Amino acid sequence: MKVMNMCVAMPGTVVKLEGTTATVDFQGNLVRAEAGLVQVKEGDRVLVHAGCILQVMSKQESDELLALLEEMKQL
Amino acid sequence: MRQIAQFLKEYDGTPLRLMEVCGTHTAAIAQTGLRSLLSPRITLVSGPGCPVCVTVTSYIDRLVELSMEQTVVTFGDMLRVPGSRMSLNDARAVGGYVQMVYSPMDALRLAMEQKAERFVFAAVGFETTAPIYAMLLEHMRREGITNLSLLTSLKTMPPVIDWICANQNHGIDGFLAPGHVSVVTGSDYFIPLSEKYKLPFVVAGFDGPQLLAAVYTLVQRQGQSGVVNLYQSAVTPDGNRQAQQMVQKYFEPCAAAWRGIGMVANSGLMLRPEYEAYDAGSGGLEQDNGGNKGCCCAQVLTGRLQPEQCPLFGSACTPSTPQGACMVSQEGSCFHHFNSRK
Amino acid sequence: MKITMAHGSGGTATSELIDTVFAKAFHNPVLARMEDAAVVPGAGRLAVTTDSFVVSPLLFPGGDIGRLAVCGTVNDLLMSGAQPQYLTCGFILEEGASLEELEKIVHSMAETAREAGVMIVAGDTKVIEGQGGIYINTAGVGFVPEGRNFGAVNCSVGDAVLVSGQLGDHHAAIMSARMGIENQIVSDCAPLGDMVNVLLASGVQVKAMRDVTRGGLATILHEFAEASGNSIELEEQRIPVSAAVQGFCGVLGLDPLYMGNEGKMVAVVDGTDAEKALECMRNAKYGANAAIIGQVCRRQESAVFMNTAIGGSRIISELFGEGLPRIC
Repeated sequence: MKVMNMCVAMPGTVVKLEGTTATVDFQGNLVRAEAGLVQVKEGDRVLVHAGCILQVMSKQESDELLALLEEMKQL
Repeated sequence: MRQIAQFLKEYDGTPLRLMEVCGTHTAAIAQTGLRSLLSPRITLVSGPGCPVCVTVTSYIDRLVELSMEQTVVTFGDMLRVPGSRMSLNDARAVGGYVQMVYSPMDALRLAMEQKAERFVFAAVGFETTAPIYAMLLEHMRREGITNLSLLTSLKTMPPVIDWICANQNHGIDGFLAPGHVSVVTGSDYFIPLSEKYKLPFVVAGFDGPQLLAAVYTLVQRQGQSGVVNLYQSAVTPDGNRQAQQMVQKYFEPCAAAWRGIGMVANSGLMLRPEYEAYDAGSGGLEQDNGGNKGCCCAQVLTGRLQPEQCPLFGSACTPSTPQGACMVSQEGSCFHHFNSRK
Repeated sequence: MKITMAHGSGGTATSELIDTVFAKAFHNPVLARMEDAAVVPGAGRLAVTTDSFVVSPLLFPGGDIGRLAVCGTVNDLLMSGAQPQYLTCGFILEEGASLEELEKIVHSMAETAREAGVMIVAGDTKVIEGQGGIYINTAGVGFVPEGRNFGAVNCSVGDAVLVSGQLGDHHAAIMSARMGIENQIVSDCAPLGDMVNVLLASGVQVKAMRDVTRGGLATILHEFAEASGNSIELEEQRIPVSAAVQGFCGVLGLDPLYMGNEGKMVAVVDGTDAEKALECMRNAKYGANAAIIGQVCRRQESAVFMNTAIGGSRIISELFGEGLPRIC
């Protein structure tokens, strides 16, 4: 099996939360993840690493590229 | 984006060497074919960003030993890393117990289901993975689990980046800051290094446009200090405080041995004395006797050699017959260079 | 009811199993004779192949080991240009296997054989100690019409490379079931007879065909490149992968180019026939998502390479060893 880049780079969405265990949806794939390291609620977009939610993505949609081009202008 | 790509292709200024120190970036650079888009004057080198690659042989040897008495639970990447005598895969063939998992939390489940068995987790990683082990310990204490321990080889980034910069002739003109590490630590974490060495740092995500923009930013900012964050939806200036506190609760800084580099002060994390009971004997694993004397993982990990310049690369050392950790790991730079070789 | 060692004894339990399960489902005049060997008509160029199936779980979304055992062998025959005709099947049952599950599997085999237009003409059953596993071997025979000659060696510069649908579905479905990842991914396990027939009847000049199984698309393209002495150039953005499989690969760090399917094929056709071949595939059963993904070009520094979405070029290497999940 080959391994590619997007591993945990891809954000998922929390669809269920029970205690510190979250169910995270990655494009239709439901995966269980530990949620004890973040303040998270259902509907949040999150980054998962090795079965654990590491960060809640900020609300500003996924307009990364816009923010990024904004940065460019400042250079 | 097109303008950025064109700029990078046609760049004819000072030759630059930019270092990435994150296994996921190493993989993403290979996956997107980023190198083919850059002017020959921009060289991307991989630093010690793969937790498996920087693990010393005595650590593997200790895991092999442990596998004869209890079950070693590990991420898959560790299985084929050669120790001084054998890898965990070899150990399995001679009766060692090794179980591969995707998350440290799986080890918790194993330990709870099989109370009569003893398990040890091969706890390797950087700032990204350390909080997950802290979380694991939190659960272990809450559930009163005593049949699981950790053999730690945890490392932190700034001291080793400092080490690379402090060694004269490092020739690095900018750093692509480790992506997932930054998620936990925040982007400000790299400001002191940036200022100390007057080098630009960029925090970026992993897709093609993010990588292109990151290289562009580093080229534009050559010779200047400062940390630019292009990955603001995931990385904040101060990172995940909750995760940082969990790490502090269970771990304290220590000197650590890096494959090919040696001991670097304060570059590791070890369990605090009060949690000693969960330690499977992680102290003192400093020896690094690579099996094959020709292996240049050391120079490759510090950016002094490109993988192709190692005499074993592609001949004695291939993904099927790895001689060093950089060829084993799916995040290793030798592995990716081999797969992209001409 | 469970399978016991008695079912493999050769005595009454064995005959009962054969009568009530296998013969009933696979019923046809050749098998009904129940002789030591099936005697069947045939002449001309014979294609023969065999494959063993050991998948776990036995039943998975989109298929089961029985359907797989028919499709795998039938598709191998089809790729050689043969019209599949007869199959044999050998069952190795572990003690404790569920009879109900076995019946489901056997019915699924019979149904798939009907769909593929092949007759199951001989079979065998053995029972061994174990933990309820079921393993199937099938061998297949087909006839190759005169004049048909496909092979990787025929791939020449300018030829188009097509794939008949989205990559990775079977592999992802099986792995999901094993790892307990919930999703809507179903195996694409299917016989490709209709597609091959439509393609060949259309007059498209087909150079080589392969079904995409273990090792994935990348492995096949390397074989094509090596055998023909040319290179293959792929366009990343044209390679069909469903969003769910992309997500699945993202979570586990896998690359769909190396994942197995069980109902997809790659065809290399003359460059001038590319669009026509695409239309044939898309109109055929199981071909709705077919795509032209690249072309054969003069030998370059690397055998297979891909133009990436951001305009870079990436070398597609061969598959090394077994896959290991990564940690960051």
